[in-house]
Amino acid sequence: MNNVSTGLNASIVEPTIFDLSSPGRIGVTMPASDVPETALPAKELLRSELPLPELAEVDVTRHYMHLSKFNYSVDSGFYPLGSCTMKYNPKINEDTCRLPGFLFTHPLQPIETVQGNLALMYRLQEWLKEIAGFAGVTLQPAAGAHGEFTGVLMMRAYHKSRGDAKRVKMLIPDAAHGTNPASVGMMGLNVLTIPSDERGNVDLKALEAACDDTVVGMMLTNPNTLGMFDEHIERVIELVHNCGGLMYGDGANLNALLGIVRPGDLGFDVMHFNLHKTFAVPHGGGGPGVGPVGVAPHLVDFLPEPLVGIIEEGEDDLPPLYGYIKPAKTIGRMKAFNGHFGGGFVRSFTYIAMHGPDGLKDIAQYAVLNANYLQARLRDTYKIPYDRICMHEFVMEGRFEGSDVRALDIAKRLMDYNFHPPTNYFPLIVHEALMIEPTETENKDTLDAFADALIKIAEEAKSQPELLHNAPHITPFGRMDEVRAARELVLCCWLPENYDENA
Amino acid sequence: MTYIPISPRERDEMLKTIGVKSLDDLFDAIPAKHRFPKLDLPKALTEMEAYQELSDIAQANENVRGDLISFLGAGMYNHYIPSVIDHMLRRGEFYTAYTPYQPEISQGTLQAIFEYQSLMSALTGMDVSNASHYDGATATAEAVSLAYAQFRGKRKKVLMSPSLHPQYREVVRTYTQGMELESAGDAESNLGLSPEAFANQVDENTCIVIVQYPDFFGNVYDYTKLIEASHAKGALVCIVANPTALAMYKTPGDMGADVVVGDGQPLGIPMWYGGPSFGFFTTRKNFVHKMAGRLVGETIDSRGQRAYVLTLTAREQHIKRERATSNICTNQGLLALASAIYLSVLGKTGLQQVANLCYQKAHYAARELNKIKGYKVSSQTFFHEFVLECPMPAAELNTHLLEHGILGGYDLGQDYPTLANHLLIAVTEMNSKDDIDALVEVLSEVDHE
Repeated sequence: MNNVSTGLNASIVEPTIFDLSSPGRIGVTMPASDVPETALPAKELLRSELPLPELAEVDVTRHYMHLSKFNYSVDSGFYPLGSCTMKYNPKINEDTCRLPGFLFTHPLQPIETVQGNLALMYRLQEWLKEIAGFAGVTLQPAAGAHGEFTGVLMMRAYHKSRGDAKRVKMLIPDAAHGTNPASVGMMGLNVLTIPSDERGNVDLKALEAACDDTVVGMMLTNPNTLGMFDEHIERVIELVHNCGGLMYGDGANLNALLGIVRPGDLGFDVMHFNLHKTFAVPHGGGGPGVGPVGVAPHLVDFLPEPLVGIIEEGEDDLPPLYGYIKPAKTIGRMKAFNGHFGGGFVRSFTYIAMHGPDGLKDIAQYAVLNANYLQARLRDTYKIPYDRICMHEFVMEGRFEGSDVRALDIAKRLMDYNFHPPTNYFPLIVHEALMIEPTETENKDTLDAFADALIKIAEEAKSQPELLHNAPHITPFGRMDEVRAARELVLCCWLPENYDENA
Repeated sequence: MTYIPISPRERDEMLKTIGVKSLDDLFDAIPAKHRFPKLDLPKALTEMEAYQELSDIAQANENVRGDLISFLGAGMYNHYIPSVIDHMLRRGEFYTAYTPYQPEISQGTLQAIFEYQSLMSALTGMDVSNASHYDGATATAEAVSLAYAQFRGKRKKVLMSPSLHPQYREVVRTYTQGMELESAGDAESNLGLSPEAFANQVDENTCIVIVQYPDFFGNVYDYTKLIEASHAKGALVCIVANPTALAMYKTPGDMGADVVVGDGQPLGIPMWYGGPSFGFFTTRKNFVHKMAGRLVGETIDSRGQRAYVLTLTAREQHIKRERATSNICTNQGLLALASAIYLSVLGKTGLQQVANLCYQKAHYAARELNKIKGYKVSSQTFFHEFVLECPMPAAELNTHLLEHGILGGYDLGQDYPTLANHLLIAVTEMNSKDDIDALVEVLSEVDHE
């Protein structure tokens, strides 16, 4: 088949939903109207055509089944994507989040009719406060980056409320995720990058030099993206606090800390959670995420509105009445309605309820065990630039002395061994970085098979480098022409010119 | 219980390989005085107990599929969701995959997003769509960021219609706190203005004008003239659209809009007490480099096969860091997939049927309610939602309706003090004639009391 519009001369593995359309086919039919008819509005107000595909249900089912088979997923195999926490998502969560009482409640219903939802949200707020050591939690932010934005807004509002207007500088380590500086950029604040020292900690001298009365605060991921818990964390926080700044914790890597240490106890003032990493909300091929934010007592008044609170205390057998409350100096609303309730809060609530305090600690301990085990197995084959006991992930270099094999080649070759590659080329401070996060839900056999594959690939890099340069070989698709995609910029299915006239 | 698949013997072998004696020894870097806190949480439940507990919580709600008849909309709507959607969403290959950073083994997600982009472009009449935002409100705020970037911060006014969803306006105000932008236009005194009269407030300092279609009160206006007037002043125009209505009405693309956003919840996503749904974001080709969010483009692989990749990534936060126009990373991938399946399986005919049913039932309801003494439908040209002027405060009526198992409309007095006696009533294909007649009957009786 030849795609005329783009000149793309390519074989087609799976046609698009538009390619598959045939005028007159019907998928789902809706019932006939049971009310007396009303004339449609004037023709000038109506659309002339609706260029949507026409298919039967079986066509649609087969199409999406075919597409699903092109995807690698946690359900099908090991997915050690560093900093993404691709853990197994328990199936029970899929059932609880689809209970009709959750699915079919409207966000603007009177609170008396949704006491179940509100109680669940209230308890989840309380649990997250307890887990991370904070005085207040908002569940509203939609994802980690959205939580960061929320946190930075609160930090700015805090300084502003104290009449401290000269603070315009956010300190961010060089190992940080790109969302940290981007969140700061959205606020019109400046970013000052703080280097890491040779052990993967924040460079204390550089930090000390940067701390002055123009600092809004510092955004720190701890453990950081090298998988290292900062060995001077208390000193780092002390320095930031001493110059009047606030300490922001990026909770992307919280999986390593459950039941191990509470960021609030360490002195963090604000932190976002990623329920889609730590608390098993599935990643969904790119979302939805869920990014609640926890804060220390002095920031509680700045939380977004609304929060869930107790409106009337319960008595004896009577449960309390839950409802919405507005923090006194709120930064405002971060999104419409009540956050990612069904697909987010209910799944995480189920997950935390089933783990309890000891189970949560097990998660962190085994996530760290698995990462250290892989690190130990690979240490002799790959260079690990920051080599000490790691937390939930570690970073190694995907390059070898005297070889032109790169991290990208190793990543692609791993697919031939049926593994999803690690995060690559991040963090930016490691050459040819391969960032490996196994999570706690992998068994020893899988970890051994993965280590064996990486050791074998290191041998292949020496003996047959072309095998790596051209990898993957056994996947349904080969390497992509990414330059072409950006140059041609075909962002929509091509529709035949007479697409609508055939209807 | 946990989901950890490692036996004690395996654990000990692994500890030995690492060279430490116990799991606790892995945490020496943590300050000792804060290490291993005792968490005050309920003790762990088994799966059976957890299912029961969650069922009990869910049952403490009154839902709109059995417990209550609902006429509540105001941005989230009760529509029928064909079975096939959830069957596909439950494929682990879709829901347990990550963002498709490795295209060789993510073509399922990538092609689905590409098709989603195509479907949304077709529905809105625009050139390009991104891979989704968090919701309609945040997509609206991102449209403001696009305009702010387009004029490099030189135009400092955001003009929002007072009939734009109140929560969307709040989110725009939250998002723009750090930008030197002024939000204007949405004073309640502007409520009576026609789109053409509202356009008179656009000036050379306006970067973007935001209107809703149908607006928050359900009214359908052709914004062509407003857009022409705004363009004459150099401002961009963003239309916040209801996707179901777009099956019937003239597209914002045809009116000349620069950005069309909205909430995708009506397209096959349960209300779920407010989320997650997704925000769609479509625009003209010339703004594609300023658009936030992920984009999938068509290409070819090393074997000569048509394939798809994330493209124009240089716009995004992981490359541009603090110079990125948005920090968005995770989006609403699975919900965008749900809407693509919804639009595919309903197709052209099915979606038109849904839109027509909404239209017919809403107009029947409006006619009948208008007949009740003391009540007046104040909307003229509307789709599936309209304003009902009542003889007493809407809040009181809603309490009364709830006693009869009816979730009344949205009490407009919550956001517009002058409209305390006004209900916003939404009617969809899920409301039968009997439901509507029941609403009319209960309200008629109130009037007589």
